[in-house]
Amino acid sequence: MEKFIELFAEQFDEMDVARLNPETRFRELEEWSSLVALLVITMVDEEYGVVLPPEEMRKAQTIQELFDLVQSKL
Amino acid sequence: MIFMYNPFSLEGKTILVTGASSGIGRATAIECSRMGATVFCTARNEPRLRETLTMMEGEGHHFIVADLTNEEDIIALVEQLPQLDGVVCAAGVSALKPIQTVKEQDIRTVFDTNYTAPVLLTKTLVKKRKLDPESSIVFISSISGNGNIATALSLYGCSKSALNSFAKYAALEVASRKIRCNTICPGRIETGLLQNQTMSAEDIEKDIAKYPLHRYGRPEEVAQAAVYLLSDASKWITGTSITIDGGRTIV
Repeated sequence: MEKFIELFAEQFDEMDVARLNPETRFRELEEWSSLVALLVITMVDEEYGVVLPPEEMRKAQTIQELFDLVQSKL
Repeated sequence: MIFMYNPFSLEGKTILVTGASSGIGRATAIECSRMGATVFCTARNEPRLRETLTMMEGEGHHFIVADLTNEEDIIALVEQLPQLDGVVCAAGVSALKPIQTVKEQDIRTVFDTNYTAPVLLTKTLVKKRKLDPESSIVFISSISGNGNIATALSLYGCSKSALNSFAKYAALEVASRKIRCNTICPGRIETGLLQNQTMSAEDIEKDIAKYPLHRYGRPEEVAQAAVYLLSDASKWITGTSITIDGGRTIV
């Protein structure tokens, strides 16, 4: 999970990883954007070999939910 | 102490110039050094890169040999670079090929250097976070990519059109990091690229007659526009293009 949060943070232009935790509702972050969403999808594909279907990705609100979604596809 | 007001200065900036072994790239490296920048020069040809360095002003400039059509070279180049304030992508090739003579490999050769290389260099610099906020990327394109259509230049013109489009897409995506992307579209410039083409003296004379300012451009005239786009004087300019063509495209 820690590794996932680190990778997640790297997709932003600037993001202090300390601001993020499993309960973070990432869509409410000021820095969240459609570009970051695409970068996260690419990161999950490259790092975990998981292609996230957009409609399932949309349901994830917290980093934990996103992480669980990735785990469920491994 | 005398306070020098000069928003066009590159003092304190570190700039990467590709294609710095000749033509517009070399002129850009030289002009950037004259304006106070620390310049990293790259190209394939080491002796000519060394020659460029001897023509530059000031200390602390470097060269790194790389073939930007090879992604491994791009990655190795970017790893060796310090944090940058600007990049000028000046490496380019031309080809005089009537459409009936175009081979698949010709398309690859021209697009690999003129389009794919600057795209992958931009990608790698952004991904590796080598570009500081408020840095500037300048792509040397051509009026051939901007609707100035000439016989046998389809490969070159199309590769430059693609580059012009890419610069706008890149400008949008890196704006959140306050990085700017612009192109310069020159008309014909007196460089090796032009001399390599099989134009007769008569052809050249006829072609020059199409330029209202009645001559071809000089590499430093393009380089000086690059200096402007790298400098703080152009801080609010992104996603656009400067045409430098002696008036060629108004007639």
